[in-house]
Amino acid sequence: MSELLTLSLIFSAIRLATPLIFTALGGLFSERSGVINIALEGLMLVGAFTAAVATFELSNPYLGFLCGLFAGAVTAFVYAVAVIEFEANQVVAGTAINFLMLGLPQLISGAVYDSSGSTPQIDKAYLIPDYFNSISLASILAFLLIPIVWYVVYKTPFGLRLRAVGENPSAADAAGINVNRLRYTAVILSGVLAAAGGAYLSIGQSSLFTRGMSAGRGFIALAALILAKWKPVPVLFACLFFGLMEALTIQIQGAIKLPSGEDIPVQFIQIIPYVLTIIVLAGFIGKSLAPKALGIPYKKEK
Amino acid sequence: MKILREILSPLIAVLAAFIVGGIIVLLIKDNPFQTFSLLISNSFGSLKDIGYTLFYATPLIFTGLAVAVAFRCGLFNIGAEGQLYVASFATAWVGIKFGGTVVDLFGKKEDWSWVSLPAIILVPLCILTAMVVGGLWGAIPGILRAKFGSSEVINTIMLNFVGIALVSYFTQYHYKIPGDPILQTAPIGESAYIPQLNQFLPFIPKDVPLNFSFLIALLMCILVYIFLWKTKWGYELRAVGENPNAAEYGGISPKKQIIIAMTISGALAGLVAVNEVLGFRHNYYDGFSAELGFLGIAVALLGRNHPLGVFITAIFFAILMRGEIFVDAFTKYVSKDIATILQAITILFVACLQKYSKK
Repeated sequence: MSELLTLSLIFSAIRLATPLIFTALGGLFSERSGVINIALEGLMLVGAFTAAVATFELSNPYLGFLCGLFAGAVTAFVYAVAVIEFEANQVVAGTAINFLMLGLPQLISGAVYDSSGSTPQIDKAYLIPDYFNSISLASILAFLLIPIVWYVVYKTPFGLRLRAVGENPSAADAAGINVNRLRYTAVILSGVLAAAGGAYLSIGQSSLFTRGMSAGRGFIALAALILAKWKPVPVLFACLFFGLMEALTIQIQGAIKLPSGEDIPVQFIQIIPYVLTIIVLAGFIGKSLAPKALGIPYKKEK
Repeated sequence: MKILREILSPLIAVLAAFIVGGIIVLLIKDNPFQTFSLLISNSFGSLKDIGYTLFYATPLIFTGLAVAVAFRCGLFNIGAEGQLYVASFATAWVGIKFGGTVVDLFGKKEDWSWVSLPAIILVPLCILTAMVVGGLWGAIPGILRAKFGSSEVINTIMLNFVGIALVSYFTQYHYKIPGDPILQTAPIGESAYIPQLNQFLPFIPKDVPLNFSFLIALLMCILVYIFLWKTKWGYELRAVGENPNAAEYGGISPKKQIIIAMTISGALAGLVAVNEVLGFRHNYYDGFSAELGFLGIAVALLGRNHPLGVFITAIFFAILMRGEIFVDAFTKYVSKDIATILQAITILFVACLQKYSKK
């Protein structure tokens, strides 16, 4: 196993953890305010698609990235209106957003680029740059976000209100906090961050958008968030762990064989994050404490 | 009047989805009327069209019923996708091991089966396998919810990934014919095939894959209705869904009902295997479902979690699935993704309207 733990594996793990960190931090804001966010997957996709299109058209990854974030914010706003204004079931509305983003990017790229498979390839010069050989600017940003989010959640009035609204909305309301407005902010923030994770996939790791390219990473980010018990610093470790698992599956594939000469089935490594999440949720590893008001629409008492 | 109120919000949602979808089509500079007429009209023109629509509707009826039963107990089964994959692989496995499958390995014949059972035993055994394995995969999140209180939403999502990875492993490493470039198992024995409907109803064209499982789907609609509204068990299950505390006070164990509901839900999702493996493809094909389990959520919701509603919605979604091919081919700019978009917008609107249709 020792030949596996090389520097390249660690770099690869960081690269693969990057979209998860953005997205899980996004989910953290939404869920800490009491809104379940199954829509992370769809929010990643809209970010990935918009960033790819904007970067291709403008030949500028920074503008492209910002466009991706904006699309994430708009989509999250739609989700927020559904679940806050109309009190739509959060799981159902989230599923709808995910579905929408399996179709809409395809439809648009089909109409504009005459190819519903993917968007056009972006020149390597216009992708999010790498530093120190293979550390992406986006990875650096993701790592910097961890202390920032920690500070915002635990040391600012906004963070205090966020946590209050997620734990006990009626008390927060009585203390003069506008519960629904705060939830709007939190959900839109989650859209921006998840879209950042998606944008990195299309204009960082890769150079174009393909159908469903997030491939379940929105759900993995959600799993990381649960594993991290909705806390920013543990989110980093959970995402790095999941990134390492994915890096291992890539590295192992075909390269390393069992003593019997057979391939090591990567599927068994792939399922580790999911099984671990189930075990943690069941409370076998410490207590998993979700925000108390998670999933419950807030109705002002009259 | 009650019926009117029940169908009003789904109808509004569908209408609104077509309006929004129409605007999207206009925005990409194409004709919404042409698009929607291609999308809808190709499902009725001939017996072949109708046959295909019913064929597409069959798995949606199963997954829609699966999600609806869980919903009635107050549970979200996001895991129909995983349940139907695990069940489909298991069904194919039984079809191979007990169906006398002989594989051609580069010209050398190799018997992969244990025995070769006659159809009269093998077909029921395969159907039973589909239900039992789907039911077990559904029971896991049910037990986790009942015993540890952990969210069935998250657990079913996680189990989807686990299930899909596991069957992909077994397919890739143990049941794929070596040299086959496609990730699929060896074929099941012919005695495990279920009949095509055109064998009884000669007016259905030969090339339409509509098979016996459509009749099973109809039967399941009736059985689920009887179970939920005409039996004591169904009453208890719904009581927990309405108000778990009141149910417990009335002597019903919510924990038991949660496990029962998730098991039945998984078993219904597992029946997709009958259509796919026994009736259509005659092996397990990795990735065949393409979101059938998630569409089941939409079907159940739009169908108001009622078997009749599920049936009607499944037909509606099947019409879109049939029509999308024609949209792809005959419009200038619109791709088949318009069907997915319409389904997504419909779900979103139904979810938003639920607040108003409750009282």
